Amino acid sequence: MKADSGVGKEVAFVKRWQSGRERERERGLGVAGPSQRSTVLRQRPSSGLLIALAIAALWTVAGVGEVQAARISHVTDTSVGEQVVRFFSMRDPLVRTAVIGCILMGISSGLLGGFIVVRRLALVGDTISHAVLPGIMMGYLWHLEKDPVALFIGAVIAGVLGAVFVSMIRQTTRIKQDAALGIVLGGFYALGILIKSIIQRGAGGDQSGLDDFLFGNAAALSSGDVILMAVVTGLALLLVGLFYKQFFVSSFDETFAESLGVPSQVFHYLLMVLLAFSIVVALQAVGAVLVSAMLIIPPATAYLLTDRLHKLLLLSVVIGIVASVGGAFFSFLSTGLPTGPFMIVSAAACFVVAFLFSPSHGVLPRIFRRREQTRRIQRENTLKAMYHLIEEEGGVDVVAQSGRRVSVESLMTKRGRDATEFDTEIAALVRHDLARRENGSIELTETGWTRAQEIVRNHRLWELYLTNAADIASDHVHDDAEIIEHVIGAELVAELEKQLKNARIDPHGSNIPVVEEGIAQ
Amino acid sequence: MKDDLRSAEKSTAQVSPEPTQEAPALEIHDLTVAYQRKPVLWGIDVEVGAGKLVGIVGPNGAGKSTLIKAAMGLLPLSSGWVEAFGKPLKDNLKRVGYVPQREDIDWDFPVTVADVVLMGRYGHLGIFQRPKKRDHEIVRECLAKVRMLPFADRQIANLSGGQQQRVFLARALAQESDLYFMDEPFAGVDASTEDAIISLLRELRDSGKTLFVVHHDLSTAADYFDQLLLLNMRLVAFGDTKEVFTPELVQKTYGGQLTIMQQVAEALKLEEGLTKELRH
Repeated sequence: MKADSGVGKEVAFVKRWQSGRERERERGLGVAGPSQRSTVLRQRPSSGLLIALAIAALWTVAGVGEVQAARISHVTDTSVGEQVVRFFSMRDPLVRTAVIGCILMGISSGLLGGFIVVRRLALVGDTISHAVLPGIMMGYLWHLEKDPVALFIGAVIAGVLGAVFVSMIRQTTRIKQDAALGIVLGGFYALGILIKSIIQRGAGGDQSGLDDFLFGNAAALSSGDVILMAVVTGLALLLVGLFYKQFFVSSFDETFAESLGVPSQVFHYLLMVLLAFSIVVALQAVGAVLVSAMLIIPPATAYLLTDRLHKLLLLSVVIGIVASVGGAFFSFLSTGLPTGPFMIVSAAACFVVAFLFSPSHGVLPRIFRRREQTRRIQRENTLKAMYHLIEEEGGVDVVAQSGRRVSVESLMTKRGRDATEFDTEIAALVRHDLARRENGSIELTETGWTRAQEIVRNHRLWELYLTNAADIASDHVHDDAEIIEHVIGAELVAELEKQLKNARIDPHGSNIPVVEEGIAQ
Repeated sequence: MKDDLRSAEKSTAQVSPEPTQEAPALEIHDLTVAYQRKPVLWGIDVEVGAGKLVGIVGPNGAGKSTLIKAAMGLLPLSSGWVEAFGKPLKDNLKRVGYVPQREDIDWDFPVTVADVVLMGRYGHLGIFQRPKKRDHEIVRECLAKVRMLPFADRQIANLSGGQQQRVFLARALAQESDLYFMDEPFAGVDASTEDAIISLLRELRDSGKTLFVVHHDLSTAADYFDQLLLLNMRLVAFGDTKEVFTPELVQKTYGGQLTIMQQVAEALKLEEGLTKELRH
């Protein structure tokens, strides 16, 4: 807090984290010391990165935010490395305030966002975050300055009013939830913008920070803001901790929760109030336009990574912290670029990673699993073709004498493959120890032979079942069986065999192979 | 065979003093429920003792789910009251278990099979209390009873319909209640699950619990239940299955005579605010 010998350096550093439009105010204040940080550490959001996100882009295009591209600071006397050290050592109280604020925001929005995402209330969060704006502006009008308490009260009133309007519209008219949310979101937000414009046209008061509520400015957080954030975050943690059971069961199954005597509605409204609180305190840092993204993206990312609520909440908080501190850090590095969009882009980057790589729900692992399955089915089809050839040539009974061997030409013709395709196919069998290739012929290994028998048996059992039990004509059953032979497990096969009383001839007159005990799975 | 079971049950009821001395497991008196001014249930009276397996049967829109939800106090009543074991049911929730309809749930919710069953224990825990070791043991026992123990750590979306229903049943068992309401526990389950469920319900019944089960399959209703509640917006009939499950009463439940009731309900719905004013 106290200006020490390093004050000159601090000032240079602080300047770097400011942007063009604040210089006006700064001029009046002279050289800014850390004690004046709350007024100095303001920065304008830039439009550059907002484009990255659709909503933000919309507002920018509409010119609503009057956003001006920030100027990359002229101060370049320190290296990136030094800046990194400065940021993370947090010697600077300004950085400290901003980072603590970001961490608190990450916790509260990650935690409450987790609940709203699993409760499918994400758009409600979005609506409330826009609906608070007229309340903020009225709160500002109260003292004609950014008094955190007045702003907070105004915002909470507007947010609750917005939520009440949504349910009123839904319950008393034929309009459904989505349209009701749209009406309230748009109506309240536009009203807020109007009031803001009127305030800014009129003279007087400290109007400088009003735009921050649209696009956010983490660096403008005052210690009062951070204290409010700490209170809200603490309250959210306390209540969720105490009533985790109740929040859990009423989120999962409202009716069942009520049958236990848990008042689901009370917890719903409690959650909504906490949500409104955390939106209001996060507004200063991220802005009304993007704050809902902080509530949605971290938990949505976590949702792709885990299947349990408490882990989801924990992960969501961690991602929220990483995104918000990361956003603050990048905006600090790039000097004057806005924090809010950086945070959301960081969070969105986390989401993209989870979307692509999450082991359980990611896209790439799924594609990989599907490809593996396709390959397995191809291998099994080759095995099946070999079985058919062996059956045609000598009958499976003479396998012991003739070996489980087919000639390359016959198999190639049977599979309808050219030489290269065929080589790949056989190489796959060899790799999986299902067959061996020896000059001019392919021989099945023990495992390969067993698997081939299983596939053919599955196919014929299923055909037989369809014709016997389901009275389906025998010429209608082959195509289904071509897929089903690969996917039915041992349990289903056993059930089929039981129902068919171990029949050994399929509807087309072929033998159903018996797989020896122990080898068959 | 069936009669044997019933008389055996009666004799146990006489031997153990609890069920006979206690007030009825469930008493519903003149229960009327309206949705947005549209009455869906009119003046229902039901009284059931302990150790009964009761089926609630009726056509679509007859108010079967509404009846059990209203009985549990999950819906506002237009008139009437509900008591369980001699106390208003709302003050006796610990002794009431519930199996909701499978469709009412978001099966993608981040929750495992064991987590769901553990929720059955919440009614036995204090407001701030966390589940104890004993609760987790009960969860495992109940999962074992429905043969779902191997699936304890699975996310619930990765289950078949029958398995999902078994999870709900395990949760109801974990509630260790004396009176159960089950909303279509047989809907969308395979034959072997259906067998498993009905034998479990009979087991519960034999241990003195009372079960109300919404059921949609008339072909099995007579086999499954001791008593039947034939419902179509009003109580058509209630009593022992062999007395109530007659062609005439079933025809009355499913037949067309009730359209006039629906028309009256529609008329009330259209006259906004009228019903309330007239009541006062």
